[in-house]
Amino acid sequence: MSALRLALANLTLSPLTTILNVLLMALGTASIVLLLLAGSQLAKVMARDAEGVDLVLGAPGSPIQLILSAVYHADVPPGNIPLTEAQRWIDDPRIDLGVPLSLGDSFRGFRIVGTTPEYLDLYGAVPAQGRVWEAPMEAVLGASVGATLGLGLGDTFAGVHGLSEGGHDHEQQRYRVVGQLAPTGTVADRLVLTSLESVWDLHEESDHDHDDDHDGDEAHDGDHDEDHEDAHANDEDAHEDGHDDDHEHEAAHHEDEHHDDEHEDEHHESEHGDEDDAHEDAHEDDHDDEGDEHEHGDEHAHEDTDDREVTAVLLSYRAPLAALTMPRQINAAGALQAAAPAMEISRLLQLIGVGLDGLKAFAWVLIGTAALSIFAGLYGSLRARRGELAVLRCLGATRGELLLMLMIEGVVLAALGILLGALLGHGVMTLLAAWLEADRGVALSGWALASGELPLLLGLLAVGALSAIIPAVSAYRIDVARILADG
Amino acid sequence: MSEQESAAVAVDAQDLSFRYGSEQILQIEHLRVEQGESVAILGPSGCGKTTLLHLLAGLLSPTTGQVTLLGQDLATLSPAALDRFRGARLGMVFQRLFLLRALTVRANVQLAQTLARSAADPTAVEALLEQLDLLGVAGHRPAAISQGQAQRVAIARALIHQPKILLADEPTSALDGPNAQRVLSLLRDAAQRSGAALLVVTHDERVRGQLDREFELEQRS
Repeated sequence: MSALRLALANLTLSPLTTILNVLLMALGTASIVLLLLAGSQLAKVMARDAEGVDLVLGAPGSPIQLILSAVYHADVPPGNIPLTEAQRWIDDPRIDLGVPLSLGDSFRGFRIVGTTPEYLDLYGAVPAQGRVWEAPMEAVLGASVGATLGLGLGDTFAGVHGLSEGGHDHEQQRYRVVGQLAPTGTVADRLVLTSLESVWDLHEESDHDHDDDHDGDEAHDGDHDEDHEDAHANDEDAHEDGHDDDHEHEAAHHEDEHHDDEHEDEHHESEHGDEDDAHEDAHEDDHDDEGDEHEHGDEHAHEDTDDREVTAVLLSYRAPLAALTMPRQINAAGALQAAAPAMEISRLLQLIGVGLDGLKAFAWVLIGTAALSIFAGLYGSLRARRGELAVLRCLGATRGELLLMLMIEGVVLAALGILLGALLGHGVMTLLAAWLEADRGVALSGWALASGELPLLLGLLAVGALSAIIPAVSAYRIDVARILADG
Repeated sequence: MSEQESAAVAVDAQDLSFRYGSEQILQIEHLRVEQGESVAILGPSGCGKTTLLHLLAGLLSPTTGQVTLLGQDLATLSPAALDRFRGARLGMVFQRLFLLRALTVRANVQLAQTLARSAADPTAVEALLEQLDLLGVAGHRPAAISQGQAQRVAIARALIHQPKILLADEPTSALDGPNAQRVLSLLRDAAQRSGAALLVVTHDERVRGQLDREFELEQRS
């Protein structure tokens, strides 16, 4: 009979203690594995989504907010920026690729992004069915969007105002699905992509159609905080003007004549601070004249790009050296904000890391408790088993075999806990991944092995072995004659 | 002593003494037991009977003197070799049985066979269990059998590897008359069958006259 079989048999003597020890070790292991998986995969996902994007241009405000909204589509944007201003930097010789984004609407929780086809190149996205958009109100669905919503080519849908569910819809102008992307495992999977013109058209339409609502609409009437504390305001602000501190807007009236062949535009009545030159430039002929009406031919609706706005621009440098000068130049100019995803991700992960470290510390406390519990269990059982150990020596077991048996008991307890904990950690991560996939469209995997996980598990096994050392050495050193004499 | 004589001697202890600190626990000039011989080592409580048994089993090292079992001087063996020698050549029965609670009756007996480094022989285990009327409880754990059955399991554990020397420490002290007689008969018969030397350490006067020879230890002053 091997020491292993004997050790396993001994573990059945006190099943409750054994189960408790295994559970303690399992909980500690599961916590650490879960944190390790979440941390490493989050970093990977974030890095993958920002691949190829060296700099993001957007409205002044929080750089993390800008990166989260423009790259990860996980936050509301700080505001909009004039396209003409952005174009200056897109055309800069140091820039290899500039992809403008226009946000503001969503469909059943999935964001609708107005952009150019170059956005697909950033993520290596290609249509699995259909084609890329070619005209306004044509939409291409990310892989998760199509799968979740069950939309197919030729189907139409109405976008909802705002980046979360519950806004009013743009029923007057419906998108038509012309393509569905193959899965990329990136943020592109969970977006509805369309042309910039689609978004511009809709919001001109929207501003007109919802004119009556504006009095109660924070987005249009509210004071916009520069720090964008009001998520709702920012949400709505995304398609507005990139408002600054004291801008108050009242009833923006637009009559888009896409349908009536006449565009009657009642522009913003605004009080602007001097600092928002870009905004003023964009609307300089509108601000003083409430009710100023313009008539546009349908074909002219988008011709004048001077007053067009985008939410952000994703930029790729032609050469890495541009990183040294460009962000500083853009930020110094004041009208726009430049934020580098790599830097902001690093900051964000550092912030998240502090929280994760706290949770990890707690998990290590659980591991420590489990190790102590294994030690206490084995050491306590030694007293009850002294006679048995002495008899084993009389039957021919060597000191080394007794030591090995106790070590095996500790390691087996730890191994069972670690195995159960690893399964638990991966299982919870799988549930979490399924929820994140369904709720946020973030593709994580529960069963991928996190980097450093294997050494961690082996380390935990060593902790289990360590906890058995003192009991094992005590077994090694038992005084057989004395125990037998004492009876 | 010739080689032939040596081979016939199971236990040879000469000028044996054991001190614990300054206290003299045991002092004997000579104890010699032949193979196939059964000896009762008698004496009052505290006279060093159990110490003698432990010295003979190599569980204690004598302060002076020499213990030779089956021609092997125990002092020349390394600790691990001594453990293996004990497991292979000796069978031991204790007053407290110390059956392994985690194992079944059968596994307790098999364990002794394994630790003796003798070839696993399931038929031998089954035959011995049958002989000791233990087959019916072979799958039970020690907690689920009677004291008499447990005593027989301990004897089966000591006999399974057919040891050349059988040492028993107070095997009958806690038993009533018939059971004490039965245990003694089992030990004596087993030793006779295998030609093993049997040494029974006891203060139980009921053992007197039951074995081939008696060796008296005196109360130390």
